[in-house]
Amino acid sequence: MSILVLAEHDNQSLKPATLNTITAASQIGGDVHLLVAGFECQTVIAQASKVAGVSKVLSADNAVYEHQLAENIAKLVVDVAEGYSHILAPATTTGKNTLPRVAALLDVAQLSDVIKVESADTFVRPIYAGNAIATVKSSDSVKVITVRATGFDAAADEGGDAQTEVLSQVIASEKSRFVSEQLAESDRPELTAASVVISGGRGMGSGDNFKLLDGIADKLGAAIGASRAAVDAGFVPNDLQVGQTGKTVAPDLYIAVGISGAIQHLAGMKDSKVIVAINKDEDAPIFQVADYGLVADLFDAVPELEKSL
Amino acid sequence: MKVLVSVKRVIDYNVKVRVKADHSAVDLTNVKMSMNPFCEIAVEEAIRLKEKGVADEVVVVSVGSKSCQETLRTALALGADRAIQVETEDGLDSLSVAKLLAGVAKDEAADLIIMGKQSIDSDNNQTGQMVAALLDYPQATFASEVIVENGEAKVTREIDGGLQTLAITLPAVVTTDLRLNEPRFASLPNIMKAKKKPLDVKTPADFGVEVGSNVSIVSVTPPPERAAGIKVGSVSELVDKLKNEAKVVS
Repeated sequence: MSILVLAEHDNQSLKPATLNTITAASQIGGDVHLLVAGFECQTVIAQASKVAGVSKVLSADNAVYEHQLAENIAKLVVDVAEGYSHILAPATTTGKNTLPRVAALLDVAQLSDVIKVESADTFVRPIYAGNAIATVKSSDSVKVITVRATGFDAAADEGGDAQTEVLSQVIASEKSRFVSEQLAESDRPELTAASVVISGGRGMGSGDNFKLLDGIADKLGAAIGASRAAVDAGFVPNDLQVGQTGKTVAPDLYIAVGISGAIQHLAGMKDSKVIVAINKDEDAPIFQVADYGLVADLFDAVPELEKSL
Repeated sequence: MKVLVSVKRVIDYNVKVRVKADHSAVDLTNVKMSMNPFCEIAVEEAIRLKEKGVADEVVVVSVGSKSCQETLRTALALGADRAIQVETEDGLDSLSVAKLLAGVAKDEAADLIIMGKQSIDSDNNQTGQMVAALLDYPQATFASEVIVENGEAKVTREIDGGLQTLAITLPAVVTTDLRLNEPRFASLPNIMKAKKKPLDVKTPADFGVEVGSNVSIVSVTPPPERAAGIKVGSVSELVDKLKNEAKVVS
């Protein structure tokens, strides 16, 4: 049995979610092959070949794969799919964009956002924004799966010694064209990969007030997140959103500041190891999931917390 | 230009989800059902394209039992021109739904297919991509802005870490993200008018599609409960707990 994992990268480095996906693949059992499709991505291929548990790296290095367009990446995956029992990708926006196309072209179902491997054909995934947990069994000839990174530990990025097989397929994407990209420039860790996350809600009052969180984030090496209410109010961009309609995080420490704790937000962070809530409303639902709750005005408590760390 | 929008009837956004005692499924008896929020955004975007004169006709489609006609009527009240129900049992898997929607899209010769990025029940986030693959159309998922001109759609997408803009040749599939627009509410006169708009009922056989799935549900359980912790009295007590009890801060 061989498993194909689609690597997530930006042509310069392998993204951490790939490592969690490789762990999921190892738990299914069998040879794990990593497909790196990109452009001038030799450093990624070098990193990929060192990941523990990967026995082969398939490399497709061509300008047509530079922007991970779903149309041609899916065709490339289908082209090399024969012989694989499982095809996995991280459940990031890239993986979610591409993998259902692979499943449809192979005429099989896709299992999305898997958080646990029960066996080679049975998997666990959250439904209804994590308010129910489904165990599903697939009898498809090839299982196409996106993996939620927070459900699995990262594979070691050292210690492996995989051989590389260069793929010659060049599949152009004629109907889809990359125009531009605006990525938020930040020295902070990525939200879904951070070990500490500090999030602000509607209680922050304005986008400017989010700067209050910077000091704590700097001291703890934290990523900054937000509730949907803060995004809807226009305080911060949507890619900071933690929740059902945003990102799912499970850091060691999650600090919720001025967040009431709507179901939709809890869905995105309740698997965090330790949750701290700071809110002036003592009846806020966030306190029902918080390990440590502090009923206080955030404009007093946040600067004080920053000083005492 | 003809726009096809798919809508799904799901448990209302504000309803607290409960799992059946026998762990077979989520309990949907006597629960308020509504249009999936991402589908509402899709309908709104299509209507705006029509109001701008970019689209001539907006057709809405839903796959499911007769009760999804209610959701289609809502879309008609919001401004869609006509509706198609593909009559099936509820809860088909994404691939079957995608095959049916692809059939409708071909039948209708739709230039643009707008769909929600995911439904809030099964949370799959795959049907739009599958429709695009089956038709060999380009796709732009998780859209936060859609501009249609000169036979292509320029779509800004919400991706991890920021935004990406793609230009895709029509016909194409676009799936909606949260910030694409703010859906309107249906007015009472429009709700009345919607009752007279055409609604066709089709079957999977009309599209030569055999529905079914190789995925079965073993169990559906409630998530592990998280016990409430303690309240601390001050910031210094909080820091002390984080350092010495939880040991997550050094």
